[in-house]
Amino acid sequence: MKHPTEEQLMAYREGETQRREEISAHLKECGECRNELERIEAVLKALEEFPVPDPGENYERQVWQRLAPKLPEKRARWWQMWLEPRRLATAGTLLAVVVAAFVAGRFSKPGGSAPVAATQEQVRERILVVAVGEHLGKSEMVLVELSNAEAQDGKQKRVNIAAEQRRAGDLLEENRLYRQTALQQGDTGLASVLDELERVLVDVAHSPESVTPAQLESIQKRIESRGILFKVRVVGKELQQRQDDMNAAPTQSGQQAGERNKT
Amino acid sequence: MNESVESLRQTDAIAVERVLAGDRDAYRTLVERHSRNVHRLAYRLTGNSHDTEDVVQEAFLRAYQKLGQFEARSNFGTWVYRIAANYAIDRMRQRQKEDARRESADAHGQDGTEQDPVALVRDPAPSPERLMQSTQLRREMERALKELSHAERTAFVMRHWEGCGIEDIAAVLKSNPSATKNTVFRAVQKLRRALEPFLDARAQTKVMRSEV
Repeated sequence: MKHPTEEQLMAYREGETQRREEISAHLKECGECRNELERIEAVLKALEEFPVPDPGENYERQVWQRLAPKLPEKRARWWQMWLEPRRLATAGTLLAVVVAAFVAGRFSKPGGSAPVAATQEQVRERILVVAVGEHLGKSEMVLVELSNAEAQDGKQKRVNIAAEQRRAGDLLEENRLYRQTALQQGDTGLASVLDELERVLVDVAHSPESVTPAQLESIQKRIESRGILFKVRVVGKELQQRQDDMNAAPTQSGQQAGERNKT
Repeated sequence: MNESVESLRQTDAIAVERVLAGDRDAYRTLVERHSRNVHRLAYRLTGNSHDTEDVVQEAFLRAYQKLGQFEARSNFGTWVYRIAANYAIDRMRQRQKEDARRESADAHGQDGTEQDPVALVRDPAPSPERLMQSTQLRREMERALKELSHAERTAFVMRHWEGCGIEDIAAVLKSNPSATKNTVFRAVQKLRRALEPFLDARAQTKVMRSEV
């Protein structure tokens, strides 16, 4: 073949498949084109040396601190929350329950209403299930991030986990509250998982803001050895299921925590 | 796909969903995770720290405002990159206009010397490694990059420094993949013409030094 053009050589370097074998064969035989390719390579390699100033160790936090005051509160309006794809199914179920209750109320005789105490208990449980579900989701995120954190390159001596540490501190307060509530409600299974989660959160919240790769590895091992991430995921899914069941059959939901504790 | 990349995407997706559900603090995870990469891209596109910070802030602000339009299945990192690159192009055009206006208004100039953006952002305490880098090479590169059109610089930075796909770059440039490939090629060609004589001279100096 004729000597490939500069554009063809650059495309070849980029891994372009068109005429690849032909150019490859030509390069084996033509020193001039090999030299041309090396020169292109040399320019691109030199350009890689173009320096980008290091924005500093706490850059991530600084960006957030400057940004946060500019962010408008994104309080989801009640209808927006229910329009999220994941919640649409729940919204549909709730609507079906309300319609069914309305229809049943219209066609049934008065005097057969459920005891008030049982209803209040169901409401409390429902609030706990939703709130703890959210809490476990947030905790899962922090634990996953910590498990995935690593030194950006071999040379980095310390890893900044300040963000995870602060969030673990915030979650700790919530966790204590939910654990106590779960205990009061007799949901010992949930209380036990929250207790284990609390220990991990205490661990993280009391770690230094920036840790050595060895310290990070030790935190990661503690998370792993307790299998807490797995437990949090299982309980999170179970709570989601409970929430769905409550929406589908509100009167039976109160019995489920008791059954789970027995199991 | 790499497992850790996949799990990062998953936690990004969870964070996006939480922000959409009204949890503003969940956005902190996304900002803290991607700010360093956006900073690098912005600096490479604008070449100075002042505009870089402006691009970083604006990119995350716009991403927050448009989060409702974000497709849950796509990658938040790539998305915010696109927003940053788009804004950087606008910013560079705006800066060019401002500079032109200033130059015509102030025909005398301050002291007649040209401000070197690389020198402006030089670290207060450069590492020994950085000190060893040739200042002249940096100046040459900066000059060569400045000579590129905004589209060429964006195409080159995104393709060769940030490893972005042609489709992503085409989306930023509002162009098609074939024209985008051509823009990348033109950029490399121009950089080559500008830097090769300098690199050849440097290589010759090295050879001479080793012979002595």
